Amino acid sequence: MSTIITRRTLLAGAAASSALPLFGARAQAPFGVGFVYVGPIGDHGYTWTHDQGRLALEKEYGARIKTSFIENVAEGPDAARAIRQLAQAGNQLIFTTSFGFMNPTIQVAKQFPKIFFEHATGYQRAENVATYNARFYEGRAAIGTIAGHMSKTGQAGYVASFPIPEVVMGINAFHLAAKKVNPNFKTKVIWCSTWYDPAKEADAAKALIDQGADMITQHTDSAAPLQAAEQRGVFAFGQASDMKAFAPKAHLSAIVDDWSGYYIKRVKEAMDGSWKTGDVWHGLKEGMVKLAPYNDAITPAARAAADEVQKGIIAGTLHPFTGELKDQKGTLRLKAGETASDEMLSKMDWYVDGVQA
Amino acid sequence: MTAAILASIFMTLAAAATPILLAGLGELVTEKAGVLNLGVEGMMLCGAVAGFAVAYSTGSIALGLIAATLAGVAAAMIFALLTLGLGSNQVATGLALTIFGIGASSLIGAGFVGRTITRLGPLFPADYAAHPWLRLVFGHDAIVYLSLALVLAVGLFLRRTRAGLILRAVGENADSAHAIGYRVLAIRTAATAFGGALAGLGGAYFSLALTPMWADRLTAGRGWIALALVVFAAWKPGRLLLGAYLFGAVATFELQAKAAGWSFIAPEVLAMTPYLATIVVLTMMSLGGRTGGRDAPACLGKPFPAS
Repeated sequence: MSTIITRRTLLAGAAASSALPLFGARAQAPFGVGFVYVGPIGDHGYTWTHDQGRLALEKEYGARIKTSFIENVAEGPDAARAIRQLAQAGNQLIFTTSFGFMNPTIQVAKQFPKIFFEHATGYQRAENVATYNARFYEGRAAIGTIAGHMSKTGQAGYVASFPIPEVVMGINAFHLAAKKVNPNFKTKVIWCSTWYDPAKEADAAKALIDQGADMITQHTDSAAPLQAAEQRGVFAFGQASDMKAFAPKAHLSAIVDDWSGYYIKRVKEAMDGSWKTGDVWHGLKEGMVKLAPYNDAITPAARAAADEVQKGIIAGTLHPFTGELKDQKGTLRLKAGETASDEMLSKMDWYVDGVQA
Repeated sequence: MTAAILASIFMTLAAAATPILLAGLGELVTEKAGVLNLGVEGMMLCGAVAGFAVAYSTGSIALGLIAATLAGVAAAMIFALLTLGLGSNQVATGLALTIFGIGASSLIGAGFVGRTITRLGPLFPADYAAHPWLRLVFGHDAIVYLSLALVLAVGLFLRRTRAGLILRAVGENADSAHAIGYRVLAIRTAATAFGGALAGLGGAYFSLALTPMWADRLTAGRGWIALALVVFAAWKPGRLLLGAYLFGAVATFELQAKAAGWSFIAPEVLAMTPYLATIVVLTMMSLGGRTGGRDAPACLGKPFPAS
C-alpha cells in the first residue's frame, strides 16, 4: 500500500489522521514508513533512487507496512511541516533524504520521541535520529579507472554542480584513479551552478567535448550529458542510476545508489524493536554504491582493472585516497601510505594535481 | 581554435537560442495585443511533455511537434478563458498557469521518465554539411530554420499588414479599437493562442531536439528568460532575434571558457556573465532613450472592458 501526499492534500491528510483514532484502526494498522524527498520522484536521479528503495520496502514487507512520501519539499522551514505531517499521520519510521532537512528533522524528532527518524547525508543525531550516507567516491574511483584505460585523448570532462566537499571528493577520486592508469591524465571540470538544468548540462558536456574530452562524467542529476556524449560519439558515465537507455553506445557504466538494503534492514529493526540510533557511511562493500553493468565497448584490460579496484575497496586493501598525496598548491595532504580519514573527506576543499576546476 | 570547434560552438549557441526565441516571439505577439501572459514557462512544459509523449508513442517527431503546439494552445486557452472571458487578473493568472503547467506536465510525464527517443536530426543531408563552415548554414534542424522564418513573418505581419495593424491597435488602445468596430476579445484570444503555440513548440524543442527525454521541469526556467527577452527587445521581432542569440552566445561562452580552463576568471564570475550582459544591454538601451517601459503596448495587462 502506498499513499502519495502532495502539498494540496496535506490539509486533508491532517484532518484524516486526527480522525483515525476514533475508528480504533491504529492498533492493527500496518507499520507506517514515511519519506521526505527534496526533488520529484520523476528526476530519474537522486530522488528516484530513494523512491526505488521505498518500492523495495513494499515488495519486501507487503501489507505489513504502509509507506507514504512527500516529494519536492524545499530545504528549510517548510520541511518541518512536511516531516511533522508524516509523523502525525501515524508513521513510525521517517526517512528525510536530503542534507538540508537536518535541522527540521532534529526539531520534529524532539516533538515525537517515540517515532524513529533517519536523515540522509547529515551529521546531527539524537536518541531517535540516525544518519546514513553513501561513499559515492568509491564508485568514482572505479569509473575513473575505466576512463584512464579507455580515453584516447587522455582528457575527461566533468559536468559538476557546486564545489561542496561531496562533489570535490568525487572529482579527486575519479581523477586519482584515472591518473594511476595514465600519469598525464587531465580532468576538466565545468561548474553548472545547478543540480538540475538538462539543457545547460548538455551544453557543458558539448563544451568539454569541443575542448578534447572523450570521457564525460557528471555530478548533476539529469541524463542530458550522456545524450550529448552519445550524439558526439564519445563515452560517458551515468549518475545515481543506470542511464544506459539514454545513451546505449556512450554509457560505459554508472554509479548506482542502492538504498534498498539499508531501508529493508532499518524497517525490520524498527518493527521488532531493535532499532538504535547510529551513523552509517556505506559504500561498495555494503552494496549501497554499485556500478551499473559494463558496456561491451570496455576493453578487457579496463574491465579487469576496474574490477580489481572494486575488489580492493571491498576487501579494505585499497583506499581511493592513499598518500603520498599533494594538492594543486603543493601542500602535502597525506603522507606516504596514509589514507584519508572520514573527517578529512567530509571537509575536502582542495584539488589534486591535474584537475582543472 | 580550429574551424571545427568554432562551428561546433555556433551550433550549440543556435540550439540554446532557438527555444527562447520561439517562446519569446509568441509572447511578443500576445503582448502586442495587450495581453500579459506570465505563464510561458508552464505552456513550454505542457508542450515539452505532450511532444515527448506523442513522439514516444507514435515514433514520429513531426506528430510530437504538432501535439506540442496544440498543448501550448490548450494551456493558453485556459488563460484566455480566465482572463479575457472571466476578467481575472492577468499577472496572477499567468503565474498560476506556470504552477499549473509544472504540476500537469509532471503528472502526464510520470510514465515517460527514463525513456528516450531518437532526437530531431539536421534538416539537410550530411553531405551538405561536411565542411565546418557549410555546417553553420546547413547543419541545423528544421526548428532552427522555422524559428528564423517566423521572426521574419511576425515582423512583416506586425509592420506591413492590415491585420497586424489591427492587432497593435487592440494592444495600444482597446477602447478606440472597439469603438471603430474591432472585436477586441476575439483578437486578444487569437494572439494568446499564437503565444501558446510557439511556447509549446519551444518547450518541445527541449524534449525532442536538445535533450530527447522527459524529466520534471525540463525547461528549467527558460520561460522566464523568454519573458525578459520581450522587454529587452522592446517588442521588436528583429531585436528579439538578436537578444536570443546574444543570450545563447553568452551562455555558451561561459561554458567554453570554463572548459578551456581560463582560470584567471573565477567560475562564479563566468556564471554571472549572462545576467551581467543583460543588465549592461538594458542600461545601454535606456541611456539611448529607448526604455522598455516607453515601448510597451499602452494597454498591456489591462482588462477589457475596463472594470
